[in-house]
Amino acid sequence: MSIQTQGNTLSFAAIDGDAGLKAALAMKRADIIDTVADSGMKGRGGAGFPTGMKWNFAGAQKGDRKYIICNADEGEPGTFKDRVILTEFADLVFAGMTIAGRAIGAKEGIVYLRGEYSYLRSPLNAVIKKRRAAGLLGKDVGGVKGFDFDIIVALGAGAYICGEETALIESLEGFRGEPRNRPPFPVVAGYRYAPTVVNNVETLASAACIFAKGIDWFKSFGTDRSTGFKLFSISGDCEKPGVYEFPFGITVADLLKEVGGSDAKAVQIGGASGVCVPQAQFARQMAFEDIPTGGSVMVFGPQRDMLAVAHNFLEFFVDESCGQCTPCRVGNTKMLEAAEQLREGSCPAAYIAELRELSGTMQVASKCGLGQTSSVAFMSILEHFGDEIMSRTPQAETARSGA
Amino acid sequence: MLVTQQEQFRADVTALVDKLGPGRSSLIPILQDVKRNHHGIDTDAMQIVADLLDIHPVEVYSVATFYAFLSPTAQGELVVRLCRTVSCELAGKDAIARALESELGIAFGETSEDGRVTLEWANCMGMCDQGPALLVNDRVYTRVTPETVREIAAECRAAHSGHAAERREGYLV
Repeated sequence: MSIQTQGNTLSFAAIDGDAGLKAALAMKRADIIDTVADSGMKGRGGAGFPTGMKWNFAGAQKGDRKYIICNADEGEPGTFKDRVILTEFADLVFAGMTIAGRAIGAKEGIVYLRGEYSYLRSPLNAVIKKRRAAGLLGKDVGGVKGFDFDIIVALGAGAYICGEETALIESLEGFRGEPRNRPPFPVVAGYRYAPTVVNNVETLASAACIFAKGIDWFKSFGTDRSTGFKLFSISGDCEKPGVYEFPFGITVADLLKEVGGSDAKAVQIGGASGVCVPQAQFARQMAFEDIPTGGSVMVFGPQRDMLAVAHNFLEFFVDESCGQCTPCRVGNTKMLEAAEQLREGSCPAAYIAELRELSGTMQVASKCGLGQTSSVAFMSILEHFGDEIMSRTPQAETARSGA
Repeated sequence: MLVTQQEQFRADVTALVDKLGPGRSSLIPILQDVKRNHHGIDTDAMQIVADLLDIHPVEVYSVATFYAFLSPTAQGELVVRLCRTVSCELAGKDAIARALESELGIAFGETSEDGRVTLEWANCMGMCDQGPALLVNDRVYTRVTPETVREIAAECRAAHSGHAAERREGYLV
């Protein structure tokens, strides 16, 4: 499980998260939140919500029953950076959770670990035990009187949708992982209807880094609107797949050069729910202001059938839709049927326009991010590889045989 | 379940409820435990879990059927899950799928007659840089080749050596 980096140093490897924790514990609670807000860090899971703002909302809520949840339900196809972080840098994640707990006034932290990563559970529990023994979890954490904070690991049971924060909370509470209506947002009424911060694994680890190394250091990476560095999960048709660290703002072309995938015809950025970027757009930047991403990059070589890729994504979404709302449950099934017809060459060209309308409906009418994004990749593949795909419709077949 | 089995089961789940607490949050950890030890969650089990958590059995059913890893259908002691998502597909999962089916003698979604192995698909398991990947219960195998499928299948059969031969005879009939 090696981590490959652009230079020779990987930021996480060189940072003592507990130095960050110590620095944070010496600060006032409001100053901890301000530090994260000033760093400009946005959530590393992909949605890009400003972390400082999230902590601030939860911190402003009254009451002392609050929760910090680490979202380790890394189910997005093509994403595996959190597995590596949890394997190699668990201390950073737990330090970040403890800092967040201090900032908002929570006493409990929960790591929601996806069922597929069950083999990480006991190593994580071992790290937690070690931290308790060192006084970094439990009562009076880090010697700060009255600051009690502890962490448990909860195991998911194989459901992609539980990466959505309200579905994750439902699952923790013992229900089907069906997303809740928002508002109220989890920062107001989350786990057990108490104020809850749900952060991605990498976000929490990066927060610990900010306190260890300072805001200026963090802002020295990335762009104005997407500060810091980001871990990328690179897979598919390239010479060196793996986890890489790059500053935000790197272009697709530069990234592909690093991983040995320069001959790619397209890349899927942000996993199955992300966008498909064709070669003509490889000058675009990986940053929240251009292509927002949780760091998943799947590389497709020149020989790949992009319709087969879209088909695979849609099979995934049909399987993983929670079924709660109609646009997502039925919409994805219809999209999949169309992809199958396209592969057989039996999809009328006129139907494509209807699919576009359906996709629009799904994007506005679905309850959560799954249905809102699941048809995006298919639509961008139809748009960019239309010629390749439309050559399979009956009309095109007729035209070809008539010629 | 036989009455004696039911009593044993009730005692086991009671011990779990004592450990985890009687709240609804305990439901998924309990079902995970039941699934691990009994390889399925039958209606008697759902009824007993519901009684002990003081919820309707339909609630237990709805949760068990929602999660891929809690599927109530009886499965083998070993569940082989091959990742079918894009990166593993690019890495050649179709060849692995065929090799698994022929080595294990079962199709996807099936359990071997001796109740030892179940073969099923999994959605992305986060091993995209090392595909094709598969899970055998909690153990992950990466960069699987048709050759390593043979070794994995042999490991699956290890505790029940008669399995392969029996199956072959079955085909002859």
